[in-house]
Amino acid sequence: MNYQAIVLGVSSGGIKALEFLFSSLPYDFKIPIIVVQHRLSDGDDFLEKFLNKKSKLNVKKAELNEKILDGFVYFAPTSCHLLIENDRTFSISVDPPVNYSQPSIDVLFESAADVYSDKLIGVILTGANNDGSFGLKKIRDYGGLGIVEDPQTAESKYMPESAIKIAGADYVLSLNSILNLLVEINNEK
Amino acid sequence: MKPNEIEDIELDIFLNAVNKCYGYDFHDYARSSIKRRVKHLLNLSNLNFISELLPKIFYDEQFLNIFLKEMSISVTNMFRDPWVFKTIKNQIIPKLKVFPRINIWHAGCATGEEVYSLAILLMEQGLLKYSQIYATDFNNNSLEIAKEGKYLIDNLDKYIKNYQEVGGENSFYDYFYIKDGYIIFNDLLKKNIVFTNHNLVEDNVFGEMNLVVCRNVLIYFKKNLQNKVLKLFEKSLSSRGFLILGDKESLKFSTVEENFEESFGKEKIYRKK
Repeated sequence: MNYQAIVLGVSSGGIKALEFLFSSLPYDFKIPIIVVQHRLSDGDDFLEKFLNKKSKLNVKKAELNEKILDGFVYFAPTSCHLLIENDRTFSISVDPPVNYSQPSIDVLFESAADVYSDKLIGVILTGANNDGSFGLKKIRDYGGLGIVEDPQTAESKYMPESAIKIAGADYVLSLNSILNLLVEINNEK
Repeated sequence: MKPNEIEDIELDIFLNAVNKCYGYDFHDYARSSIKRRVKHLLNLSNLNFISELLPKIFYDEQFLNIFLKEMSISVTNMFRDPWVFKTIKNQIIPKLKVFPRINIWHAGCATGEEVYSLAILLMEQGLLKYSQIYATDFNNNSLEIAKEGKYLIDNLDKYIKNYQEVGGENSFYDYFYIKDGYIIFNDLLKKNIVFTNHNLVEDNVFGEMNLVVCRNVLIYFKKNLQNKVLKLFEKSLSSRGFLILGDKESLKFSTVEENFEESFGKEKIYRKK
């Protein structure tokens, strides 16, 4: 299967998971990764800059109209929703919060499913609310791949548990195994 | 056919019907957001498919208002992004003093919260009486709320907090009275504001503006419409006039970028060359 994008949702406690993942992904990891992390307003790209230093990939904040490129990791800006257009550029909305979240994982996942259809991988990591569950369901309904962090090993099990209950999952794995699976999928490309 | 491809066709037909029946053209709106909003409307109507909304467009005139309302929902606030309004207060308004009369166009003002925010800052520097603010939106229902200047009291704490963060010079209570669970802004603030219908998609320039404010509107447009509207703003601005966009918007990659200089990068405040 020729996957063209990975969307990843993680809640506020997920810094450690993100640091592990992005410092471990190899330099030839091509599939673009688009991340929604629930967090408070931050105008200074602190997290992106921190992870960019740790990562062999290019980690940056997603910008309006920006073209999605291979080898990049994009973070949703705070205080808005991040969406994807058919021409594979980013768009942004200031629609009200969804699941008390802005940015919302569901909003990104659902718009990504509309664009990438079955060429999309959705990943839900640690988190303490149920945002992302319906987005992951849509990805799987459209034939994309759903990966959820094992609630047993996640820092906070609520978001993975909710995703498994509502969307089901193609894989339920520890963070380390998610990393290995993504690398394997990338190498098949 | 894949479900997303079918839905795209349904959305095209729906937007065509809205345009042909009522003259509102949403074709150049960002597809992802418009799709979310139309699907939200589907949920509210207990329907499954976008094509099921077609009879409502054709035969139920009330439905247009419901649709336009859905198209106008976004989060706004008094002094939204206080750090931006702080820069407007300290850096931009003092520079407007050189003009004998200050013309301001607030495009896409929605329910008007940010228009009153600006009016308050102008008043505190004694400039409101020399100003004419044109506040426009395509949605008449939003404009009615804006004209009344009437907002739920539930948000008052947030308004006061933002006002203080901006560095407001008085008490926020000086600017409104309270009635039936609403705060209603004083007529003195409203005197120099004209609220009027204007659709950025098809309507024309406002001449000789010293300041154009248009925040969090362009994000909902496709790139070609963003460029068209930015051109409209450029034409509407007087020489050395200011343009203020939303903090996620920018002139980067736009066709008018070279005709502006960046005054405050993070706040997305530009000045016409």
